[in-house]
Amino acid sequence: MRQFESYGQGVPGTSLDDLSGWLIVVEGTDGVGRTTHVNRLRKHLERLGYAVAETGFTRSDLASRGIRRAKQGNTLGSNAFNLFYATDFADRLEQQIVPALRSGFVMITDRYIYSLIARAIVRGADPDWIKQVYSFALKPDAVFYLRITADELVPRVLADGPFDYWESGMDMPMGEDLYDSFINYQSRIIHELDGLARDYGFHTLDATREVDDLGEELCARVAGLLTRKVAGPVA
Amino acid sequence: MSLGHDYGRQPNPYPGKLVIVEGIDGSGKSTQLGLLAQWLRGEGHLVIFSEWNSSPIVRATTSRGKRRQLLTPLTFSLIHATDFSDRVERDIVPALKAGAIVLADRYVYTAFARDAARGVDRDWVRSLYRFAVVPTLAVYYRVPLEVALHRILSGRPKLKWYEAGMDLGLSPDPMESYRLFQARIQQEYERIVAEYGLASMDATQPVEIQQRALRDLVRPHLTGIARDPRGDAPEIHEGRRA
Repeated sequence: MRQFESYGQGVPGTSLDDLSGWLIVVEGTDGVGRTTHVNRLRKHLERLGYAVAETGFTRSDLASRGIRRAKQGNTLGSNAFNLFYATDFADRLEQQIVPALRSGFVMITDRYIYSLIARAIVRGADPDWIKQVYSFALKPDAVFYLRITADELVPRVLADGPFDYWESGMDMPMGEDLYDSFINYQSRIIHELDGLARDYGFHTLDATREVDDLGEELCARVAGLLTRKVAGPVA
Repeated sequence: MSLGHDYGRQPNPYPGKLVIVEGIDGSGKSTQLGLLAQWLRGEGHLVIFSEWNSSPIVRATTSRGKRRQLLTPLTFSLIHATDFSDRVERDIVPALKAGAIVLADRYVYTAFARDAARGVDRDWVRSLYRFAVVPTLAVYYRVPLEVALHRILSGRPKLKWYEAGMDLGLSPDPMESYRLFQARIQQEYERIVAEYGLASMDATQPVEIQQRALRDLVRPHLTGIARDPRGDAPEIHEGRRA
């Protein structure tokens, strides 16, 4: 029988013994198609009869407004931003992820600590330090990494509208204009995610493949993982 | 686990000086720091005050979390670290680079003590604050628990939820919860004083005696500090409890 573990000391005051669900992470950089695949995965698992819940960045009750406000003005220090995101993540872990797992749900998270670690490292945080900050996080059952290169990403992002200020790393910035900064920033993020993929054992999927093809593989692989850890609640 | 990644490995690398005071509520540390600031300004030094929990952007989230009781030990710890990090980047480090004397009423040790009292892993909190500048001088105001409790509880009986440690479920009575919580914090402080070599002050002494002792501790560090261009600057500090 498998149980959830944390990367470090876990969540203060929270037992991981009675968590019977599954934690599935879809990782990948901005604009790679995570939302599309998370939605497909959710529908697929619900058709199979599983209860599914979802979460993603800055969706916490506690910190989402504050982060939105801080992003508008770009007046928060860069390390403070790293910790603000960690606060948002911790709130979602405690208030959304853990309760869903306790109720036996499949919890799909649209990005997890890895993207947060990557964005912090690209902004100058010490890699060991930021990993240590996030060591309270639960180890997911699986991380599916939708991988793409920055060059392949450009047309996808542009098709949806102009480059976003933050997704282009313009808070630093990393190039003379939005395009240059986007390429440099996204290349750095992808580079960090590639490293994390090795360190944390992601399942890497080529995100340049045809959408249906990739979606089918993702659904099949997740469905194959779903064997109960501990006796779940009676459905 | 956190070897090499925790707070306190790097001494203050800047020309300015950082003087901080710590102690439980009612230890009298804010009064002492206010008097110190007045004296330093009178001597013409450039003095910057940095208060616990004061970053304008983060404060709204902290207040909301407290008001609606959304904070757990983990998020309480992280939101305060966020606030503190913003202050370090925007207030403390620039002032230290400019050669000012920075005074802080509470510093990372407050987080170490409070978070550990809430059951957060001690090593994790120490690594969380690794980015913090180590103070030039850190003074702990040691006071018997009953003396501090008397100072606080006799004058101001309305305790806030987190201030009283009500989130820990130690007691349904806020006064009793506050006592138990402060006792835990005090135990953590004693551990921290030994761990980081904080200077200890006997906070039962008369105010002026303590102030003389504090000035004696600060005086050796008053070399090469920037001068306040306004001369004897007006008093702006208002004592407040965090």
